[in-house]
Amino acid sequence: MEFLSYLISGVSLGSVYAIIALGYTMVYGIAKMLNFAHGDVIMVGGYISFCGFAYLGLNGWLALLLAMCVCTVLGIVIEGLAYRPLRQATSLAVLITAIGVSYLLQNTALLTWGATPKVYSPLIPLTNAAGEPNALKLGELSISYISLLTMAACIVIMVGLTLFTSRSKMGKAMRACSEDKDAARLMGINVNTTISVTFAIGSALAAVAGVLLCSFNPTLMPTTGSMPGIRAFTAAVFGGIGSIPGAFLGGLLIGVIEAMAKAYISTQLANSVVFAVLIVVLLVRPAGLLGKYVPEKV
Amino acid sequence: MSESKKRPPTKMVPVQTHAIVPERDANKSPILECYHLGIDFGGLTAVNDFNLIIGRTEIAGLIGPNGAGKTTIFNLLTKVYQPTRGSILLDGRDTSKMSTAQVSRMGIGRTFQNIRLFKEMSVVDNVLVGLHHEMDYRLPSAILRLPDYWRGERIAHERALELLSIFDMQDLAETKAGSLPYGAQRRLEIVRALATNPSLLLLDEPAAGMNPSETSELMDNIVKIRDLFQIAIMLIEHDMNLVMGICEGICVLNFGEVIAKGSPDEIKQNSVVIEAYLGKKDGKNDAKEAR
Repeated sequence: MEFLSYLISGVSLGSVYAIIALGYTMVYGIAKMLNFAHGDVIMVGGYISFCGFAYLGLNGWLALLLAMCVCTVLGIVIEGLAYRPLRQATSLAVLITAIGVSYLLQNTALLTWGATPKVYSPLIPLTNAAGEPNALKLGELSISYISLLTMAACIVIMVGLTLFTSRSKMGKAMRACSEDKDAARLMGINVNTTISVTFAIGSALAAVAGVLLCSFNPTLMPTTGSMPGIRAFTAAVFGGIGSIPGAFLGGLLIGVIEAMAKAYISTQLANSVVFAVLIVVLLVRPAGLLGKYVPEKV
Repeated sequence: MSESKKRPPTKMVPVQTHAIVPERDANKSPILECYHLGIDFGGLTAVNDFNLIIGRTEIAGLIGPNGAGKTTIFNLLTKVYQPTRGSILLDGRDTSKMSTAQVSRMGIGRTFQNIRLFKEMSVVDNVLVGLHHEMDYRLPSAILRLPDYWRGERIAHERALELLSIFDMQDLAETKAGSLPYGAQRRLEIVRALATNPSLLLLDEPAAGMNPSETSELMDNIVKIRDLFQIAIMLIEHDMNLVMGICEGICVLNFGEVIAKGSPDEIKQNSVVIEAYLGKKDGKNDAKEAR
């Protein structure tokens, strides 16, 4: 029973990682760049939703919607101002720019909202008015509603994105850009618009992840996004970067491994265990679990 | 090529100054006009003073030794490169301010010398990407799956299969493009280019790597595409049987400059062309020194 409840907490944490990892993996798949500012977009999403209900008096769901809108615009602006001028530059230049954007967002948040952690009120309160935990009880096992919501959100997003990329016109344009940008241009596809849309989707997902993350862990600081961002990046690499099901699988596994390591090994060593598993997996499968290894022709 | 397959030569007539188009296109405005087109890469002039006019339904050939600048011209026409000098008019409209995606939508389709299909996508999806800008439903309809989404997708899918059937490829629709045999990949690339509804189709070495019987089938197909769609086709090719067999106007390029233009028979007898390809008659000088 203990094991099951650890497993469930791992899966729900993993679902948040998976949602963040989808943002990394889509941007990498299409723009071939690592957007290290993605984690900080999560933090901005958290702050915007916090402002939504704390200052504007919105309810949690409207605050989530507001955060998604603001982050979508933020994603498009970051791409347009910081990454688009570097489309022809080396990947190292883009990587450094992404790290720069990450610090810019963190420090802007520090200036705007201060260094004192904000107390975030979760999307679904952890306890109800009577002081009992807000959770679904299955015998001895109790699953909090926020965990259920997170898992459901993750599955809906995953299925939605898969359908979007395989069926829709924009999805086909994305897959075409990911394979060969010049050939895509010759098909009349506007590559810049396609990349902007990718950033918009990734950033909207980051806002969702931000709200869910803060609902689990209700302290909000300018650095809130960076560690989950790095773990989600790990998850994306673990599953095979560029692959949507890979990000999903990687996110869940990282979440479960982290929860199990905390429960059975040591809380302090949890991160070490996660990254040790990553190293072992990459030694065996260099392209990640679902990634495809393409040998370079010489 | 066997005598039975020999096509009658097209009568070419002069238009403007120093340009010819097939007689049937003489009264229509040309699909492509290039005037004094040139591009430099740093100090190197890759193409210089390139002038060409192509008729509405002409099959035009662009030939020349390796490194003559043939693919560069295709890259200029499709705006992969921006020209340093000169102008390109597509259907009478100046393309100088346009991007690759815009000229594609205006009517230039293209295949590549080294095949560049979307290998991870299915055959029909490759064609659907080409039909991309013809599907006119909007994103909200796609998300909500409104009727015009289904209608748009169905029409596009039918159109894609119809295009594939030109090359008898409709049964391969769900195959992954990367796993097709080489010849079929080349054909699919032509179908994908046709899907963008071009009025000018650029084929970069369509017969590369094909055996004589495949090449002969390809020649029939190129003529068939022209007749069916009533479009102009410009091709780069090293296979002289193909070029002399189906091209109506031929332009010969050497070191980035046009050295001859004319009908296949004129080109075959042109001494400058023979020199560029084979060197001078005494055999001592190579083509470069001869120029």
